[in-house]
Amino acid sequence: MTLALLLIAFLLLGAAVAAMLSRNLIHSALLLVGAWAGIAAFYLWAGAEFVAFAQVLVYVGAVSMVVLFAVLLTRQGATAAPVEFDSVKRMIGGLITAGGVAGVLLGAILGTPMDVTAAPPPAAISVRQLGAQLMGPHAAALLIVGVILTVALLGAIVIAAVDKPEDPAP
Amino acid sequence: MSIMPPEPSPGLDLETAPLLVRDWIVHRFPDALQWFVHHLLSITVILTVFGLFFAFTTIAERKLLARLQNRLGPNRSGLPWFRSLKLWGLTQPFADAIKAITKEDVVPAAADKVLHFLAPVVIVAFSLLGFAVLPFGRHLIPVELDAAILYFFAAGTATELAIFMAGWGSRNKYSLLSAMRALAQLISYELPLILSVVPVILVTGTLSTRDIALAQGGWTWGVLPHWHVFTPWGFAGFLIFLVAALAESNRSPFDLPEAESELIAGHLTEYSGFKYALFFMAEYFGLTALSGLGVTLFLGGWQAPFAILEIIPSYLWFMGKLAGMIVFFIWIRGTLLRLRIDQLTRLSWKFLVPLALLNLGNAAFWALTPGWTGPLALARWAVSAAIVIVPFVLLGRRLTAGYAPRTYRYAA
Repeated sequence: MTLALLLIAFLLLGAAVAAMLSRNLIHSALLLVGAWAGIAAFYLWAGAEFVAFAQVLVYVGAVSMVVLFAVLLTRQGATAAPVEFDSVKRMIGGLITAGGVAGVLLGAILGTPMDVTAAPPPAAISVRQLGAQLMGPHAAALLIVGVILTVALLGAIVIAAVDKPEDPAP
Repeated sequence: MSIMPPEPSPGLDLETAPLLVRDWIVHRFPDALQWFVHHLLSITVILTVFGLFFAFTTIAERKLLARLQNRLGPNRSGLPWFRSLKLWGLTQPFADAIKAITKEDVVPAAADKVLHFLAPVVIVAFSLLGFAVLPFGRHLIPVELDAAILYFFAAGTATELAIFMAGWGSRNKYSLLSAMRALAQLISYELPLILSVVPVILVTGTLSTRDIALAQGGWTWGVLPHWHVFTPWGFAGFLIFLVAALAESNRSPFDLPEAESELIAGHLTEYSGFKYALFFMAEYFGLTALSGLGVTLFLGGWQAPFAILEIIPSYLWFMGKLAGMIVFFIWIRGTLLRLRIDQLTRLSWKFLVPLALLNLGNAAFWALTPGWTGPLALARWAVSAAIVIVPFVLLGRRLTAGYAPRTYRYAA
Protein backbone atom coordinates (compact mmCIF):
# COMPACT_ATOMS: atom_id res chain seq x y z
CA MET A 1 0.00 0.00 0.00
CA THR A 2 2.78 2.42 0.95
CA LEU A 3 4.59 1.55 -2.25
CA ALA A 4 1.49 2.48 -4.27
CA LEU A 5 1.22 5.77 -2.39
CA LEU A 6 4.89 6.54 -3.08
CA LEU A 7 4.42 5.74 -6.77
CA ILE A 8 1.34 7.97 -7.01
CA ALA A 9 3.08 10.78 -5.14
CA PHE A 10 6.16 10.49 -7.36
CA LEU A 11 4.11 10.61 -10.59
CA LEU A 12 1.93 13.43 -9.26
CA LEU A 13 4.84 15.59 -8.18
CA GLY A 14 6.78 14.69 -11.32
CA ALA A 15 3.90 15.83 -13.54
CA ALA A 16 3.53 19.03 -11.52
CA VAL A 17 7.26 19.84 -11.69
CA ALA A 18 7.37 19.09 -15.42
CA ALA A 19 4.31 21.30 -15.95
CA MET A 20 6.11 24.14 -14.19
CA LEU A 21 9.40 23.68 -16.05
CA SER A 22 7.94 23.16 -19.54
CA ARG A 23 8.18 26.23 -21.78
CA ASN A 24 5.39 24.98 -24.03
CA LEU A 25 2.08 26.12 -22.60
CA ILE A 26 0.06 23.30 -24.16
CA HIS A 27 2.44 20.72 -22.72
CA SER A 28 2.18 22.47 -19.36
CA ALA A 29 -1.60 22.33 -19.48
CA LEU A 30 -1.63 18.64 -20.41
CA LEU A 31 0.88 17.81 -17.68
CA LEU A 32 -1.32 19.70 -15.25
CA VAL A 33 -4.18 17.43 -16.33
CA GLY A 34 -1.88 14.50 -15.56
CA ALA A 35 -1.31 15.90 -12.08
CA TRP A 36 -5.08 16.18 -11.55
CA ALA A 37 -5.47 12.56 -12.62
CA GLY A 38 -2.78 11.74 -10.05
CA ILE A 39 -4.86 13.39 -7.36
CA ALA A 40 -7.79 11.21 -8.44
CA ALA A 41 -5.52 8.17 -8.15
CA PHE A 42 -4.65 9.28 -4.63
CA TYR A 43 -8.35 9.50 -3.73
CA LEU A 44 -8.80 5.98 -5.08
CA TRP A 45 -5.86 4.82 -2.97
CA ALA A 46 -7.53 6.37 0.07
CA GLY A 47 -10.76 4.48 -0.67
CA ALA A 48 -12.84 7.51 -1.71
CA GLU A 49 -14.23 6.13 -4.99
CA PHE A 50 -16.94 8.71 -5.49
CA VAL A 51 -14.62 11.68 -4.96
CA ALA A 52 -12.03 10.15 -7.27
CA PHE A 53 -14.49 9.72 -10.15
CA ALA A 54 -15.91 13.18 -9.54
CA GLN A 55 -12.36 14.56 -9.63
CA VAL A 56 -11.74 12.92 -13.01
CA LEU A 57 -15.11 14.05 -14.37
CA VAL A 58 -14.72 17.66 -13.28
CA TYR A 59 -10.99 18.33 -13.53
CA VAL A 60 -9.74 15.98 -16.24
CA GLY A 61 -12.92 16.35 -18.27
CA ALA A 62 -14.16 19.91 -17.85
CA VAL A 63 -11.59 22.21 -16.23
CA SER A 64 -8.86 20.92 -18.56
CA MET A 65 -10.97 22.02 -21.53
CA VAL A 66 -11.38 25.50 -20.05
CA VAL A 67 -7.61 25.76 -19.55
CA LEU A 68 -6.79 24.52 -23.05
CA PHE A 69 -9.35 26.77 -24.73
CA ALA A 70 -8.09 29.73 -22.72
CA VAL A 71 -4.50 29.06 -23.81
CA LEU A 72 -5.45 28.65 -27.45
CA LEU A 73 -7.77 31.66 -27.61
CA THR A 74 -5.51 34.12 -25.75
CA ARG A 75 -2.04 33.23 -27.05
CA GLN A 76 -3.03 33.27 -30.74
CA GLY A 77 -0.74 30.40 -31.67
CA ALA A 78 2.35 31.57 -29.80
CA THR A 79 2.42 28.84 -27.17
CA ALA A 80 5.97 29.36 -25.88
CA ALA A 81 6.17 31.37 -22.67
CA PRO A 82 8.97 33.96 -22.31
CA VAL A 83 11.87 32.82 -20.15
CA GLU A 84 14.01 35.97 -19.98
CA PHE A 85 14.46 37.93 -16.82
CA ASP A 86 11.84 40.71 -16.80
CA SER A 87 12.35 43.11 -13.92
CA VAL A 88 13.40 43.15 -10.28
CA LYS A 89 9.90 44.24 -9.22
CA ARG A 90 8.38 41.21 -10.86
CA MET A 91 10.93 38.88 -9.30
CA ILE A 92 10.21 40.21 -5.80
CA GLY A 93 6.47 39.87 -6.36
CA GLY A 94 6.92 36.30 -7.51
CA LEU A 95 9.10 35.41 -4.56
CA ILE A 96 6.66 36.93 -2.07
CA THR A 97 3.70 35.03 -3.60
CA ALA A 98 5.58 31.74 -3.72
CA GLY A 99 6.84 32.20 -0.16
CA GLY A 100 3.34 33.01 1.10
CA VAL A 101 1.79 29.94 -0.51
CA ALA A 102 4.62 27.73 0.76
CA GLY A 103 4.20 29.18 4.28
CA VAL A 104 0.45 28.54 4.35
CA LEU A 105 0.90 24.97 3.06
CA LEU A 106 3.71 24.22 5.52
CA GLY A 107 1.64 25.63 8.38
CA ALA A 108 -1.30 23.44 7.40
CA ILE A 109 0.87 20.33 7.12
CA LEU A 110 2.68 20.93 10.41
CA GLY A 111 -0.58 21.81 12.18
CA THR A 112 -2.25 18.52 11.23
CA PRO A 113 -2.04 15.75 13.83
CA MET A 114 -0.20 12.90 12.17
CA ASP A 115 -1.10 10.02 14.51
CA VAL A 116 -3.38 8.40 11.92
CA THR A 117 -2.08 4.93 12.80
CA ALA A 118 -3.82 5.11 16.18
CA ALA A 119 -7.29 5.68 14.70
CA PRO A 120 -9.23 2.64 13.43
CA PRO A 121 -9.75 2.62 9.65
CA PRO A 122 -13.15 4.16 8.88
CA ALA A 123 -15.71 1.93 7.19
CA ALA A 124 -16.12 2.51 3.46
CA ILE A 125 -18.95 4.97 2.83
CA SER A 126 -21.39 3.98 0.11
CA VAL A 127 -22.64 6.40 -2.50
CA ARG A 128 -26.11 6.11 -0.95
CA GLN A 129 -24.84 7.37 2.42
CA LEU A 130 -22.93 10.15 0.69
CA GLY A 131 -26.05 11.20 -1.20
CA ALA A 132 -28.16 11.12 1.96
CA GLN A 133 -25.58 13.34 3.69
CA LEU A 134 -25.50 15.79 0.78
CA MET A 135 -29.26 15.94 0.41
CA GLY A 136 -30.01 15.93 4.15
CA PRO A 137 -27.78 17.96 6.50
CA HIS A 138 -25.88 19.69 3.70
CA ALA A 139 -28.79 20.40 1.33
CA ALA A 140 -28.51 24.16 1.83
CA ALA A 141 -24.84 24.20 0.79
CA LEU A 142 -25.63 22.08 -2.26
CA LEU A 143 -28.47 24.42 -3.29
CA ILE A 144 -26.28 27.51 -2.83
CA VAL A 145 -23.53 25.97 -4.98
CA GLY A 146 -26.12 25.15 -7.63
CA VAL A 147 -27.46 28.70 -7.65
CA ILE A 148 -23.96 30.19 -7.86
CA LEU A 149 -23.06 27.94 -10.81
CA THR A 150 -26.33 28.76 -12.60
CA VAL A 151 -25.76 32.48 -12.12
CA ALA A 152 -22.20 32.12 -13.44
CA LEU A 153 -23.47 30.24 -16.48
CA LEU A 154 -26.16 32.85 -17.20
CA GLY A 155 -23.60 35.61 -16.72
CA ALA A 156 -21.26 33.98 -19.22
CA ILE A 157 -24.10 33.73 -21.75
CA VAL A 158 -25.09 37.39 -21.22
CA ILE A 159 -21.49 38.56 -21.67
CA ALA A 160 -20.80 36.36 -24.69
CA ALA A 161 -24.13 36.69 -26.51
CA VAL A 162 -24.39 39.04 -29.46
CA ASP A 163 -27.90 40.13 -30.38
CA LYS A 164 -28.00 39.16 -33.99
CA PRO A 165 -31.08 37.89 -35.79
CA GLU A 166 -30.94 34.19 -36.63
CA ASP A 167 -30.55 33.31 -40.27
CA PRO A 168 -33.81 34.30 -41.95
CA ALA A 169 -36.28 31.69 -43.01
CA PRO A 170 -35.98 30.85 -46.69
CA MET B 1 -14.40 -8.25 -5.78
CA SER B 2 -16.50 -8.96 -8.78
CA ILE B 3 -19.06 -11.67 -8.87
CA MET B 4 -21.75 -13.20 -6.71
CA PRO B 5 -20.98 -16.81 -5.87
CA PRO B 6 -22.72 -19.01 -8.41
CA GLU B 7 -25.55 -21.04 -6.93
CA PRO B 8 -24.91 -24.77 -7.06
CA SER B 9 -27.06 -26.21 -9.81
CA PRO B 10 -27.37 -29.75 -11.10
CA GLY B 11 -25.93 -30.64 -14.45
CA LEU B 12 -24.65 -28.23 -17.06
CA ASP B 13 -25.85 -24.71 -16.43
CA LEU B 14 -25.12 -22.30 -19.26
CA GLU B 15 -25.77 -19.32 -17.01
CA THR B 16 -22.81 -19.96 -14.74
CA ALA B 17 -20.64 -21.91 -17.21
CA PRO B 18 -18.27 -18.97 -17.93
CA LEU B 19 -17.71 -18.52 -14.19
CA LEU B 20 -16.97 -22.20 -13.68
CA VAL B 21 -14.42 -22.13 -16.50
CA ARG B 22 -12.84 -19.02 -15.01
CA ASP B 23 -12.65 -20.50 -11.52
CA TRP B 24 -11.19 -23.70 -12.92
CA ILE B 25 -8.41 -21.73 -14.64
CA VAL B 26 -7.81 -19.50 -11.62
CA HIS B 27 -7.39 -22.48 -9.29
CA ARG B 28 -4.56 -23.82 -11.48
CA PHE B 29 -2.41 -20.95 -10.13
CA PRO B 30 -0.83 -20.44 -6.67
CA ASP B 31 -2.93 -18.54 -4.14
CA ALA B 32 -0.84 -15.36 -4.23
CA LEU B 33 -1.38 -14.98 -7.97
CA GLN B 34 -5.09 -15.81 -8.05
CA TRP B 35 -6.47 -12.29 -7.81
CA PHE B 36 -4.11 -11.25 -10.62
CA VAL B 37 -5.07 -14.13 -12.89
CA HIS B 38 -8.73 -13.47 -12.11
CA HIS B 39 -8.56 -9.89 -13.37
CA LEU B 40 -6.21 -10.72 -16.23
CA LEU B 41 -8.78 -13.25 -17.44
CA SER B 42 -11.58 -10.65 -17.31
CA ILE B 43 -9.44 -8.21 -19.29
CA THR B 44 -8.47 -10.86 -21.85
CA VAL B 45 -12.06 -11.92 -22.36
CA ILE B 46 -13.24 -8.32 -22.81
CA LEU B 47 -10.46 -7.57 -25.27
CA THR B 48 -11.11 -10.72 -27.27
CA VAL B 49 -14.90 -10.53 -27.32
CA PHE B 50 -15.12 -6.85 -28.08
CA GLY B 51 -12.15 -6.92 -30.44
CA LEU B 52 -14.00 -9.51 -32.51
CA PHE B 53 -17.26 -7.63 -32.03
CA PHE B 54 -15.53 -4.53 -33.42
CA ALA B 55 -14.18 -6.47 -36.39
CA PHE B 56 -17.58 -7.86 -37.28
CA THR B 57 -19.29 -4.52 -36.63
CA THR B 58 -17.14 -2.97 -39.36
CA ILE B 59 -18.02 -5.66 -41.89
CA ALA B 60 -21.70 -5.57 -40.86
CA GLU B 61 -21.68 -1.80 -41.27
CA ARG B 62 -20.12 -1.97 -44.72
CA LYS B 63 -22.47 -4.71 -45.86
CA LEU B 64 -25.61 -3.09 -44.45
CA LEU B 65 -24.72 0.36 -45.78
CA ALA B 66 -24.06 -1.20 -49.16
CA ARG B 67 -27.45 -2.89 -49.15
CA LEU B 68 -29.12 0.36 -48.08
CA GLN B 69 -27.44 2.05 -51.04
CA ASN B 70 -28.33 -0.75 -53.45
CA ARG B 71 -24.76 -2.13 -53.68
CA LEU B 72 -23.28 -5.48 -52.72
CA GLY B 73 -20.54 -4.39 -50.35
CA PRO B 74 -17.30 -6.27 -49.69
CA ASN B 75 -17.77 -9.88 -50.82
CA ARG B 76 -14.38 -10.92 -52.24
CA SER B 77 -12.05 -11.67 -49.35
CA GLY B 78 -11.84 -15.37 -48.57
CA LEU B 79 -9.12 -17.44 -46.95
CA PRO B 80 -5.51 -17.35 -48.19
CA TRP B 81 -5.12 -21.04 -49.07
CA PHE B 82 -8.70 -21.93 -49.90
CA ARG B 83 -9.47 -19.74 -52.87
CA SER B 84 -12.76 -21.43 -53.61
CA LEU B 85 -14.13 -20.58 -50.15
CA LYS B 86 -15.60 -17.08 -50.31
CA LEU B 87 -17.37 -16.91 -46.89
CA TRP B 88 -19.45 -13.91 -48.10
CA GLY B 89 -16.43 -11.64 -47.53
CA LEU B 90 -16.56 -12.14 -43.78
CA THR B 91 -12.77 -12.23 -43.47
CA GLN B 92 -12.55 -8.65 -44.74
CA PRO B 93 -11.83 -7.09 -41.29
CA PHE B 94 -8.75 -9.29 -40.83
CA ALA B 95 -7.44 -8.28 -44.25
CA ASP B 96 -8.09 -4.65 -43.24
CA ALA B 97 -6.15 -5.15 -40.02
CA ILE B 98 -3.11 -6.55 -41.84
CA LYS B 99 -3.27 -3.67 -44.29
CA ALA B 100 -3.43 -1.09 -41.49
CA ILE B 101 -0.45 -2.62 -39.67
CA THR B 102 1.77 -2.84 -42.75
CA LYS B 103 1.02 0.67 -43.99
CA GLU B 104 3.65 3.38 -43.65
CA ASP B 105 3.23 5.56 -40.59
CA VAL B 106 3.61 9.16 -41.72
CA VAL B 107 4.35 11.80 -39.08
CA PRO B 108 4.38 15.42 -40.31
CA ALA B 109 7.75 17.14 -39.93
CA ALA B 110 6.26 20.05 -37.97
CA ALA B 111 4.09 17.88 -35.75
CA ASP B 112 4.43 17.71 -31.99
CA LYS B 113 5.79 14.16 -32.08
CA VAL B 114 4.91 13.18 -28.50
CA LEU B 115 1.30 14.36 -28.59
CA HIS B 116 0.84 13.02 -32.11
CA PHE B 117 1.90 9.59 -30.87
CA LEU B 118 0.08 9.76 -27.55
CA ALA B 119 -3.37 10.73 -28.86
CA PRO B 120 -4.39 7.38 -30.46
CA VAL B 121 -2.98 5.44 -27.51
CA VAL B 122 -4.90 7.50 -24.96
CA ILE B 123 -8.16 7.35 -26.90
CA VAL B 124 -8.13 3.56 -27.29
CA ALA B 125 -7.08 2.92 -23.70
CA PHE B 126 -9.81 5.08 -22.25
CA SER B 127 -12.53 3.93 -24.63
CA LEU B 128 -11.98 0.38 -23.33
CA LEU B 129 -12.32 1.36 -19.66
CA GLY B 130 -16.08 1.74 -19.87
CA PHE B 131 -16.60 -1.99 -20.50
CA ALA B 132 -15.37 -2.78 -16.99
CA VAL B 133 -18.64 -1.86 -15.28
CA LEU B 134 -21.22 -3.21 -17.77
CA PRO B 135 -23.21 -6.18 -16.44
CA PHE B 136 -22.98 -8.61 -19.36
CA GLY B 137 -25.07 -11.26 -17.66
CA ARG B 138 -26.77 -12.25 -14.45
CA HIS B 139 -23.43 -13.20 -12.89
CA LEU B 140 -21.05 -11.59 -15.36
CA ILE B 141 -19.78 -8.19 -14.42
CA PRO B 142 -16.02 -7.53 -14.64
CA VAL B 143 -15.81 -5.01 -11.79
CA GLU B 144 -18.66 -4.29 -9.42
CA LEU B 145 -18.50 -0.66 -8.34
CA ASP B 146 -20.81 1.26 -6.09
CA ALA B 147 -20.47 4.34 -8.30
CA ALA B 148 -20.37 2.50 -11.63
CA ILE B 149 -22.25 5.09 -13.71
CA LEU B 150 -20.01 7.87 -12.48
CA TYR B 151 -16.98 5.72 -13.32
CA PHE B 152 -18.32 5.12 -16.83
CA PHE B 153 -18.65 8.83 -17.59
CA ALA B 154 -15.34 9.66 -15.90
CA ALA B 155 -13.60 7.11 -18.12
CA GLY B 156 -15.16 8.71 -21.18
CA THR B 157 -13.86 12.21 -20.52
CA ALA B 158 -10.33 11.45 -21.68
CA THR B 159 -11.64 11.15 -25.26
CA GLU B 160 -11.93 14.91 -25.44
CA LEU B 161 -8.34 15.36 -24.31
CA ALA B 162 -7.15 12.82 -26.89
CA ILE B 163 -9.00 14.59 -29.71
CA PHE B 164 -7.46 17.87 -28.64
CA MET B 165 -4.01 16.27 -28.56
CA ALA B 166 -4.54 14.83 -32.04
CA GLY B 167 -5.76 18.13 -33.49
CA TRP B 168 -3.11 20.29 -31.91
CA GLY B 169 -0.23 17.84 -32.25
CA SER B 170 -0.75 17.47 -36.02
CA ARG B 171 0.12 21.12 -36.76
CA ASN B 172 -2.47 21.24 -39.47
CA LYS B 173 -5.10 23.96 -39.57
CA TYR B 174 -7.82 21.55 -40.63
CA SER B 175 -6.93 19.22 -37.79
CA LEU B 176 -7.01 21.99 -35.21
CA LEU B 177 -10.23 23.53 -36.55
CA SER B 178 -12.03 20.22 -36.56
CA ALA B 179 -10.67 19.26 -33.15
CA MET B 180 -12.23 22.46 -31.82
CA ARG B 181 -15.45 21.56 -33.60
CA ALA B 182 -15.36 18.05 -32.20
CA LEU B 183 -14.83 19.41 -28.69
CA ALA B 184 -17.75 21.82 -29.05
CA GLN B 185 -19.89 18.89 -30.14
CA LEU B 186 -18.73 16.55 -27.38
CA ILE B 187 -19.19 19.17 -24.66
CA SER B 188 -22.63 20.15 -25.97
CA TYR B 189 -23.90 16.59 -26.02
CA GLU B 190 -22.34 15.44 -22.76
CA LEU B 191 -25.06 17.43 -20.98
CA PRO B 192 -28.15 15.76 -22.54
CA LEU B 193 -26.39 12.39 -22.32
CA ILE B 194 -25.84 12.63 -18.57
CA LEU B 195 -29.21 14.31 -17.99
CA SER B 196 -30.97 11.47 -19.79
CA VAL B 197 -29.27 8.96 -17.49
CA VAL B 198 -30.12 10.78 -14.23
CA PRO B 199 -33.87 9.82 -14.25
CA VAL B 200 -32.90 6.14 -14.18
CA ILE B 201 -30.66 6.77 -11.15
CA LEU B 202 -33.46 8.76 -9.54
CA VAL B 203 -36.04 6.01 -9.91
CA THR B 204 -33.82 3.03 -9.10
CA GLY B 205 -31.98 4.89 -6.36
CA THR B 206 -28.56 3.47 -7.18
CA LEU B 207 -25.47 4.19 -9.26
CA SER B 208 -24.54 0.53 -9.55
CA THR B 209 -25.14 -0.94 -13.02
CA ARG B 210 -25.78 -4.40 -11.53
CA ASP B 211 -28.61 -3.11 -9.34
CA ILE B 212 -30.11 -1.07 -12.19
CA ALA B 213 -30.25 -4.20 -14.38
CA LEU B 214 -31.73 -6.19 -11.49
CA ALA B 215 -34.38 -3.50 -10.86
CA GLN B 216 -35.81 -4.09 -14.33
CA GLY B 217 -36.76 -7.72 -13.70
CA GLY B 218 -40.34 -8.94 -13.59
CA TRP B 219 -43.43 -8.48 -15.75
CA THR B 220 -46.74 -6.64 -15.49
CA TRP B 221 -49.60 -9.10 -16.07
CA GLY B 222 -46.91 -11.56 -17.09
CA VAL B 223 -46.33 -9.86 -20.48
CA LEU B 224 -44.98 -6.34 -20.21
CA PRO B 225 -41.38 -6.39 -18.95
CA HIS B 226 -40.44 -3.80 -16.31
CA TRP B 227 -37.81 -2.29 -18.60
CA HIS B 228 -37.42 1.42 -18.20
CA VAL B 229 -38.04 2.04 -21.88
CA PHE B 230 -41.67 0.94 -21.33
CA THR B 231 -42.43 3.89 -19.04
CA PRO B 232 -43.11 7.41 -20.36
CA TRP B 233 -40.06 8.92 -18.71
CA GLY B 234 -37.92 5.96 -19.71
CA PHE B 235 -39.02 6.17 -23.33
CA ALA B 236 -38.26 9.89 -23.52
CA GLY B 237 -34.96 9.36 -21.73
CA PHE B 238 -34.03 6.54 -24.10
CA LEU B 239 -34.67 8.71 -27.17
CA ILE B 240 -32.57 11.56 -25.76
CA PHE B 241 -29.88 9.05 -24.82
CA LEU B 242 -29.87 7.64 -28.37
CA VAL B 243 -29.43 11.06 -30.01
CA ALA B 244 -26.76 12.12 -27.52
CA ALA B 245 -24.92 8.79 -27.84
CA LEU B 246 -24.85 9.18 -31.62
CA ALA B 247 -23.35 12.65 -31.24
CA GLU B 248 -20.88 11.58 -28.54
CA SER B 249 -19.47 8.86 -30.76
CA ASN B 250 -19.24 11.13 -33.82
CA ARG B 251 -21.58 8.98 -35.82
CA SER B 252 -23.64 10.13 -38.76
CA PRO B 253 -25.72 12.38 -38.79
CA PHE B 254 -23.39 14.04 -36.26
CA ASP B 255 -20.10 13.20 -38.00
CA LEU B 256 -19.19 16.87 -38.42
CA PRO B 257 -15.65 16.58 -37.05
CA GLU B 258 -14.89 14.32 -39.98
CA ALA B 259 -16.91 16.20 -42.60
CA GLU B 260 -14.72 15.19 -45.52
CA SER B 261 -16.02 17.86 -47.88
CA GLU B 262 -15.06 20.69 -45.50
CA LEU B 263 -12.25 19.49 -43.29
CA ILE B 264 -10.53 16.67 -45.24
CA ALA B 265 -10.72 14.11 -42.42
CA GLY B 266 -10.86 16.34 -39.38
CA HIS B 267 -8.43 15.59 -36.59
CA LEU B 268 -7.52 12.35 -38.37
CA THR B 269 -6.07 14.18 -41.40
CA GLU B 270 -2.44 13.61 -40.45
CA TYR B 271 -2.88 10.05 -39.24
CA SER B 272 -2.19 6.99 -41.33
CA GLY B 273 -1.67 3.29 -40.94
CA PHE B 274 -2.14 1.75 -37.54
CA LYS B 275 -2.61 5.03 -35.68
CA TYR B 276 -5.61 5.78 -37.89
CA ALA B 277 -6.89 2.27 -37.21
CA LEU B 278 -6.59 2.94 -33.47
CA PHE B 279 -8.80 6.02 -33.77
CA PHE B 280 -11.26 4.03 -35.81
CA MET B 281 -11.23 1.28 -33.20
CA ALA B 282 -11.73 3.75 -30.34
CA GLU B 283 -14.75 5.22 -32.09
CA TYR B 284 -16.39 1.81 -32.34
CA PHE B 285 -15.41 0.81 -28.81
CA GLY B 286 -16.95 4.04 -27.54
CA LEU B 287 -20.13 3.41 -29.52
CA THR B 288 -20.35 -0.17 -28.27
CA ALA B 289 -19.76 0.81 -24.65
CA LEU B 290 -22.40 3.55 -24.85
CA SER B 291 -24.84 1.12 -26.47
CA GLY B 292 -24.12 -1.33 -23.67
CA LEU B 293 -24.88 1.36 -21.13
CA GLY B 294 -28.11 2.18 -22.98
CA VAL B 295 -29.11 -1.50 -22.95
CA THR B 296 -28.35 -1.70 -19.22
CA LEU B 297 -30.18 1.47 -18.28
CA PHE B 298 -33.25 1.35 -20.51
CA LEU B 299 -33.61 -1.99 -22.30
CA GLY B 300 -33.54 -4.21 -19.25
CA GLY B 301 -29.87 -5.17 -19.37
CA TRP B 302 -29.51 -8.94 -19.52
CA GLN B 303 -33.20 -9.59 -18.70
CA ALA B 304 -35.19 -11.71 -21.13
CA PRO B 305 -38.35 -10.13 -22.62
CA PHE B 306 -40.57 -13.09 -21.63
CA ALA B 307 -40.31 -15.43 -18.69
CA ILE B 308 -40.32 -18.48 -20.94
CA LEU B 309 -37.28 -17.17 -22.82
CA GLU B 310 -35.15 -17.17 -19.69
CA ILE B 311 -33.80 -20.57 -20.69
CA ILE B 312 -31.51 -18.63 -23.05
CA PRO B 313 -28.50 -17.48 -20.97
CA SER B 314 -28.61 -13.85 -19.90
CA TYR B 315 -25.31 -12.87 -21.54
CA LEU B 316 -26.71 -13.90 -24.92
CA TRP B 317 -29.68 -11.59 -24.34
CA PHE B 318 -27.29 -8.76 -23.53
CA MET B 319 -25.17 -9.31 -26.61
CA GLY B 320 -28.30 -9.65 -28.76
CA LYS B 321 -29.67 -6.33 -27.54
CA LEU B 322 -26.25 -4.75 -28.03
CA ALA B 323 -26.09 -5.99 -31.61
CA GLY B 324 -29.61 -4.65 -32.16
CA MET B 325 -28.54 -1.20 -30.98
CA ILE B 326 -25.50 -1.25 -33.29
CA VAL B 327 -27.60 -2.27 -36.29
CA PHE B 328 -30.01 0.53 -35.45
CA PHE B 329 -27.12 3.01 -35.45
CA ILE B 330 -25.95 1.71 -38.84
CA TRP B 331 -29.48 2.06 -40.18
CA ILE B 332 -29.53 5.70 -38.97
CA ARG B 333 -26.22 6.30 -40.72
CA GLY B 334 -27.65 5.02 -43.96
CA THR B 335 -30.78 7.14 -43.65
CA LEU B 336 -30.12 10.63 -42.28
CA LEU B 337 -28.14 13.53 -43.68
CA ARG B 338 -25.34 15.31 -41.86
CA LEU B 339 -26.28 18.37 -39.77
CA ARG B 340 -24.69 21.80 -39.97
CA ILE B 341 -22.65 22.90 -36.94
CA ASP B 342 -25.15 25.56 -35.82
CA GLN B 343 -28.05 23.13 -36.21
CA LEU B 344 -26.08 20.63 -34.17
CA THR B 345 -25.48 22.87 -31.19
CA ARG B 346 -28.99 24.32 -31.38
CA LEU B 347 -30.50 20.86 -31.28
CA SER B 348 -28.58 20.11 -28.10
CA TRP B 349 -28.95 23.32 -26.11
CA LYS B 350 -32.41 24.45 -27.15
CA PHE B 351 -34.18 21.13 -27.56
CA LEU B 352 -32.54 18.16 -25.87
CA VAL B 353 -31.33 19.85 -22.68
CA PRO B 354 -34.73 21.41 -21.76
CA LEU B 355 -36.53 18.17 -22.59
CA ALA B 356 -34.05 16.17 -20.52
CA LEU B 357 -34.53 18.55 -17.57
CA LEU B 358 -38.32 18.21 -17.81
CA ASN B 359 -37.92 14.47 -18.03
CA LEU B 360 -35.99 14.58 -14.76
CA GLY B 361 -39.05 16.17 -13.14
CA ASN B 362 -41.16 13.50 -14.80
CA ALA B 363 -39.04 10.76 -13.26
CA ALA B 364 -39.38 12.46 -9.86
CA PHE B 365 -43.17 12.37 -10.28
CA TRP B 366 -42.96 8.67 -11.20
CA ALA B 367 -40.76 7.93 -8.19
CA LEU B 368 -43.18 9.72 -5.84
CA THR B 369 -46.31 7.90 -7.04
CA PRO B 370 -45.63 4.16 -6.86
CA GLY B 371 -48.78 3.81 -4.74
CA TRP B 372 -51.11 4.85 -7.56
CA THR B 373 -52.66 1.52 -8.50
CA GLY B 374 -55.91 0.48 -10.14
CA PRO B 375 -57.59 3.35 -12.02
CA LEU B 376 -55.04 5.77 -10.57
CA ALA B 377 -52.32 3.91 -12.50
CA LEU B 378 -53.94 5.18 -15.70
CA ALA B 379 -53.79 8.73 -14.36
CA ARG B 380 -50.14 8.21 -13.47
CA TRP B 381 -49.39 7.09 -17.02
CA ALA B 382 -51.42 9.93 -18.54
CA VAL B 383 -49.74 12.65 -16.47
CA SER B 384 -46.29 11.23 -17.12
CA ALA B 385 -46.92 10.92 -20.86
CA ALA B 386 -48.28 14.48 -20.96
CA ILE B 387 -45.11 15.81 -19.32
CA VAL B 388 -43.17 14.19 -22.17
CA ILE B 389 -45.37 14.90 -25.18
CA VAL B 390 -46.67 18.44 -24.58
CA PRO B 391 -43.25 20.14 -24.22
CA PHE B 392 -41.93 18.04 -27.11
CA VAL B 393 -44.66 19.29 -29.46
CA LEU B 394 -44.56 22.91 -28.23
CA LEU B 395 -40.78 23.17 -28.31
CA GLY B 396 -40.53 21.43 -31.65
CA ARG B 397 -43.13 23.75 -33.21
CA ARG B 398 -41.46 26.84 -31.83
CA LEU B 399 -37.97 25.85 -33.01
CA THR B 400 -39.06 24.88 -36.51
CA ALA B 401 -41.38 27.88 -36.98
CA GLY B 402 -40.49 29.55 -40.27
CA TYR B 403 -38.40 26.58 -41.47
CA ALA B 404 -41.09 24.09 -42.31
CA PRO B 405 -42.81 22.97 -44.44
CA ARG B 406 -39.99 23.16 -46.93
CA THR B 407 -40.85 24.59 -50.35
CA TYR B 408 -39.07 23.33 -53.44
CA ARG B 409 -38.53 26.02 -56.02
CA TYR B 410 -37.01 23.94 -58.80
CA ALA B 411 -38.16 20.42 -58.14
CA ALA B 412 -41.71 19.55 -58.94
